[in-house]
Amino acid sequence: MSNPDLQQQIEREYRWGFVTDIEQEPFPQGLDEAVIRRISAQKGEPAFLLEWRLKAYRHWLTLREPTWATVTHPPIDYQGIQYYAAPRSGNRPKSLAEVDPQLLATYEKLGIPLQEREALAGIAVDAVFDSVSVATTFKDKLETLGILFCSFSEAVREHPELVRQYLGSVVPYSDNYFACLNAAVFSDGSFVYVPKGVRCPMELSTYFRINASNTGQFERTLVIADVGASVSYLEGCTAPRRDENQLHAAVVELIALKDARIKYSTVQNWYPGDAEGQGGIYNFVTKRGDCRGERAHISWTQVETGSAITWKYPGCILRGDGSVGEFYSVALTHHRQQADTGSKMIHIGRDTRSTIVSKGISAGHGSNAYRGLVKVLAGAEGARNHTRCDSLLMGPDCAAHTYPYIEVKNPSARVEHEASASRIGEDQLFYLRSRGLGEEDAINLIVNGFCKEVFKELPMEFAVEAQKLLAVSLEGAVG
Amino acid sequence: MLEIRNLHVSIAGKPILKGIDLSLRPGEVHAIMGPNGSGKSTLAQVLAGREGYEISAGSVRYLGRDLLPLPPEERARAGLFLAFQYPLEIPGVANAQLLRTALNGQRRARGEAEIDAFDFLEFVQDKLALLGMDESFLYRAVNEGFSGGEKKRNEILQMAVLAPRLAILDETDSGLDIDALHVVARGVNSLRSNERAILLVTHYQRLLNFIEPDRVHVLAGGRIVRSGGPGLALELEAKGYAWLADAQTVAQTVAEEASP
Repeated sequence: MSNPDLQQQIEREYRWGFVTDIEQEPFPQGLDEAVIRRISAQKGEPAFLLEWRLKAYRHWLTLREPTWATVTHPPIDYQGIQYYAAPRSGNRPKSLAEVDPQLLATYEKLGIPLQEREALAGIAVDAVFDSVSVATTFKDKLETLGILFCSFSEAVREHPELVRQYLGSVVPYSDNYFACLNAAVFSDGSFVYVPKGVRCPMELSTYFRINASNTGQFERTLVIADVGASVSYLEGCTAPRRDENQLHAAVVELIALKDARIKYSTVQNWYPGDAEGQGGIYNFVTKRGDCRGERAHISWTQVETGSAITWKYPGCILRGDGSVGEFYSVALTHHRQQADTGSKMIHIGRDTRSTIVSKGISAGHGSNAYRGLVKVLAGAEGARNHTRCDSLLMGPDCAAHTYPYIEVKNPSARVEHEASASRIGEDQLFYLRSRGLGEEDAINLIVNGFCKEVFKELPMEFAVEAQKLLAVSLEGAVG
Repeated sequence: MLEIRNLHVSIAGKPILKGIDLSLRPGEVHAIMGPNGSGKSTLAQVLAGREGYEISAGSVRYLGRDLLPLPPEERARAGLFLAFQYPLEIPGVANAQLLRTALNGQRRARGEAEIDAFDFLEFVQDKLALLGMDESFLYRAVNEGFSGGEKKRNEILQMAVLAPRLAILDETDSGLDIDALHVVARGVNSLRSNERAILLVTHYQRLLNFIEPDRVHVLAGGRIVRSGGPGLALELEAKGYAWLADAQTVAQTVAEEASP
């Protein structure tokens, strides 16, 4: 292989791995109450929020890290992490013109234009860099419709009543170890409120970037769709290549009131570590939606190709009668990546429906586990769930696991679970190659076919991006 | 166009082909007949580039190039096509998508412009009409849930779209009803030209009622034991396997006597 070729190959492995050299606000390492007070003070938070953080922290001290997931990693040193990292540019800029040009350049390089005139038509972006939101586009335009789309910190300042009403109402601070840690130390994130009867006319998107080293990213996203409102929200993430592991413990809460609809799509591409498993992000995330009113509809779509370890189970609480929860997922593990992911559907209301479609792809020494809970409570008359869970294996050293948990307390419920595991066969590859497709093209075609049901749920631009991402992530998977 | 010389092939140390000589010129249609296990499918797979076979001796030249070192995709791009005996299913991939990807891949390799979705649709509709196939074929996932006959017809559709220089049909006629057989024959006959060659691998003479070959070869025990004109197929049909068994014995005897 000639030198430019080799260079290209390395870059294609993870082309988002660069570091932005930007001055940081100094902040101590480690975690204690003083650090939490300092985060809260830095952000000028109201007392209720500091209280909530401290309650979470005290509760967290009583918890132990969960060990039930099918993943292994060395112990995490929670005192070795810096819990807050902000680019030093004083207060949050009031307009894009005030944003540090180097930050703008970083997002440009990532393909996320923050200049509104150049922004993708129909997508408003909130960009979160390490611990703070650096820019939100199309804010004013959205505000004319009454839609609030801003950083979490701004929401705390400008709309404390909404934050107070909904924060922790879907994922309480005591929910689990990582969600509890997040509640104590979360630094920023995105906030969306769509008022009654309003359909958000553009895709809302948050782009998360971890840049600083030895830093954890603990963002919190809160999306509220009021009665009859609808919104589609996209989330993307990348991080530089680093040899040490970095912790990302986020919480996402979605609230859909009566007849509201929320579609939440994620393309997760955190740095996965190198081929030997050195470095990479620990992605331990709690995502949950609450269908709080009748006929509310929440749909999760995720394409997970990054992170050294992924641990997340986006779920829906189907409280309102006739509400609908959906989960569509593609999770890919290559090299030494590990994923333990799936969904939780909790049927409480009558005639609630849920669908789970999970596609796991394992290559190299990757390990992929589907873990899903379908729970039908006694009052959920006529509840229905359909779960489909397919695994695709490439090569002899990878692994796929399936752990479905089904608890049904109402005899009228219909719960279906289908699972399959297949291997990309020599025969299939030969068949496609004999039609003139190169080996990698043949693999991509098979993989895209396998993921089709999930890709068709993604907004168009994201679907194209997701296909490319899978192709890059699978390079060298066979051969 | 195709020159096979003294080809020896084995699988896991077991010899399957024991010295095949065969040559096809442009414009010719040859049929290879023989009982199960005679090595017919092995020959077809080796020509298309399937891995896992040991080629212990011999050579294959295709359009003046040494064929054997080429990976399957390069053979395809050079105009070689194999219609599979057991076509594979590719779930979630629409037939049209595969056809267009394959066609454009081959066009790129030949330095021709790619064909866009609209032109492609027109182009493929002509092929469907020629083969009397329904357009719904295009939107179904490749071979998924297809009946045996539909899978075989789909191979012929691929062949018609890719318009190969050398088409090898591996028992495309087996298990087909008479209508499907007509489709296959129409597809093959429409491709016949002075620039193309076709190799029909078949168990039965039936297909040859619809596609008249220029030459018929009888493969038995890994060797071509007899070659002749179209009449040979009829003779084979009349005399059956007993006659072949004798021919095989004769061939083995001849070979053993010839070896030092």
